[in-house]
Amino acid sequence: MQDISFQVEAGSVFIVMGPSGCGKSTLLRHLIGLQKPASGTYRLLGKEYWSLPPDEQTRLMRRVGILYQRCGLWSSMTIAQNIALPLQQYTTLPQKEIDALCEYKLALVGLAGCGDYYPSELSGGMQKRAGLARAMALDPEILFFDEPSSGLDPVSANRLDELMLQLQQSLNSTLVVVTHDLDSIFAIGSNAIYLDPVTKSIAAQGKPLDLLRHTDNPALREFLSRGGHRNHAQ
Amino acid sequence: MNTPTAQFLPPDRIVFAGDWLRGQKHPTCKAILDEHPPKDGVRLEAPQLGQWDSTLPLVLLGLVVAYRKAGHSLDYRQLPEGLVKLLDLCLASQRKAATATVDAEQLSIIHQAGYFGLRLSKAIGDIANFIGELVLAMGRLIAGKSQMRFRDFHGKLLISGPRALPIIALISFLMGIILAFIGAIPLKWFQAEIYVASLVGIGMLRLMGPVMVGIVMAGRSSSAFAAELGTMQVNEELDAMRTLGIPLMDFLVMPRFLAMSLMMPLLGIFADLISILGGLVVAVVYLRLTPLSYISTLTQTTSIKDLLVGLFTCSVLGILDSICGCYQGLHCGRDAEAVGRATTSAVISCIICIVIAVSLITILTVVLAI
Repeated sequence: MQDISFQVEAGSVFIVMGPSGCGKSTLLRHLIGLQKPASGTYRLLGKEYWSLPPDEQTRLMRRVGILYQRCGLWSSMTIAQNIALPLQQYTTLPQKEIDALCEYKLALVGLAGCGDYYPSELSGGMQKRAGLARAMALDPEILFFDEPSSGLDPVSANRLDELMLQLQQSLNSTLVVVTHDLDSIFAIGSNAIYLDPVTKSIAAQGKPLDLLRHTDNPALREFLSRGGHRNHAQ
Repeated sequence: MNTPTAQFLPPDRIVFAGDWLRGQKHPTCKAILDEHPPKDGVRLEAPQLGQWDSTLPLVLLGLVVAYRKAGHSLDYRQLPEGLVKLLDLCLASQRKAATATVDAEQLSIIHQAGYFGLRLSKAIGDIANFIGELVLAMGRLIAGKSQMRFRDFHGKLLISGPRALPIIALISFLMGIILAFIGAIPLKWFQAEIYVASLVGIGMLRLMGPVMVGIVMAGRSSSAFAAELGTMQVNEELDAMRTLGIPLMDFLVMPRFLAMSLMMPLLGIFADLISILGGLVVAVVYLRLTPLSYISTLTQTTSIKDLLVGLFTCSVLGILDSICGCYQGLHCGRDAEAVGRATTSAVISCIICIVIAVSLITILTVVLAI
């Protein structure tokens, strides 16, 4: 990837979109500190991430929540234990309060009473929501989502979109969503970048609907209109 | 059903006709090319074509590719529309594949050696890094600052210890029997059957017991560690831990490392006892010795030194087995195949490490006369 430069406005829903193989997931791995860029700088919550000592990086990352494409729920733990672990590690809260917080987070994502289930006992949509509950465990200021609607049926995907929007509005957090799901892009995106699979760089930047209406980039137009078969602009 | 044919009509047409279906004898691509070697301006037609399945596009694709390789064009646009579309799709994906592989094909031996060197140096660096992190994690544990969960440690203790007892018992018993039988034959020549106890005792206590336990645990526990951690990698569970700042060494590696390192010497003692029992069965049933004479000879000819050397070897092998399993698991790729590769690599690297370590320990004990 090269020539990647963008800013995410606080409180917005920022979309990283592009066809398969354009580098969306690679970009996300850079954003969540799993991969160091070959050159350039990355400022996260006002701090230059890669110039910080490892302890500081870890502390900064605790202000961020991530929902992975495959949820990343720890399979050897129950859902409640998944949510409780970050709280046990990084807070001094008593166990009783941690349990109450877990139940609260699960209720937020519509999974009240499901804390004792193991990830493998939940459906795909429930796993995503459980992953989201864990991502919110430490009340993050930014939430990153990697292909949140992948593997979900349209109804579940739509519900997840609505949930993400509701949480973003009520918690006033920033959402960075890596996706190629057009319905999600137009439903929740307030700003977006389009990654070009050939140049591996940003080919367009702006509001999704504006990009669709005004772009002169044929690849982006084709992407946003699903090869000309759908018109979200209407 | 009409016979499939491919007829060359001068000056420049190849006409396909009949039913081209799987299981029917049809002209092959090679036969057509042998009869009419590629030349410029040839076109394919099929006005009388009947039914066809994948058989026909396969022949046509072979022709087009052969013509292109020979530097000639072959016009297939006159074929039925479905065939033209199929050929377009296949040729487009072949072009992409060719572009993707051209770099690999064009690499010279020097480049390949360079890449191998880079991969090797990276692997050495990764292993050194892993061992360094493990030492630091151990330091944290000793200092009481480790985030290791003792519940996980307890679970791994069970897997690495008590649950391995049946397989260790079976193999140790059989090894004791085998060793006693093998020894019994030459010992009988010299009427020294009584020393079968020494053979089994020294052999199992010093070398065979630890090696056997090490190999069984490599196949049983190290591979399981690699598969567990590899699957966590595939499911992004490791990424979730990394981004939350949860130390993988404390959380995932230390419970496995400690459990296996602590359990291996105990399994070694268990294996020694069971194999001695196997030897006793042979001594009593085959060599007609009394159990008392067997035990008496065993205690007279084996020393605590033999047991301690064996236990030391077991500890070393336990450390190596757990390191190999955990390292391969944490460095696993991100697909199902990679988990299989990590598991295989864990077992192979364990066995290589076991052989090297046992050789070094044996040489050391001989040199130091232990």
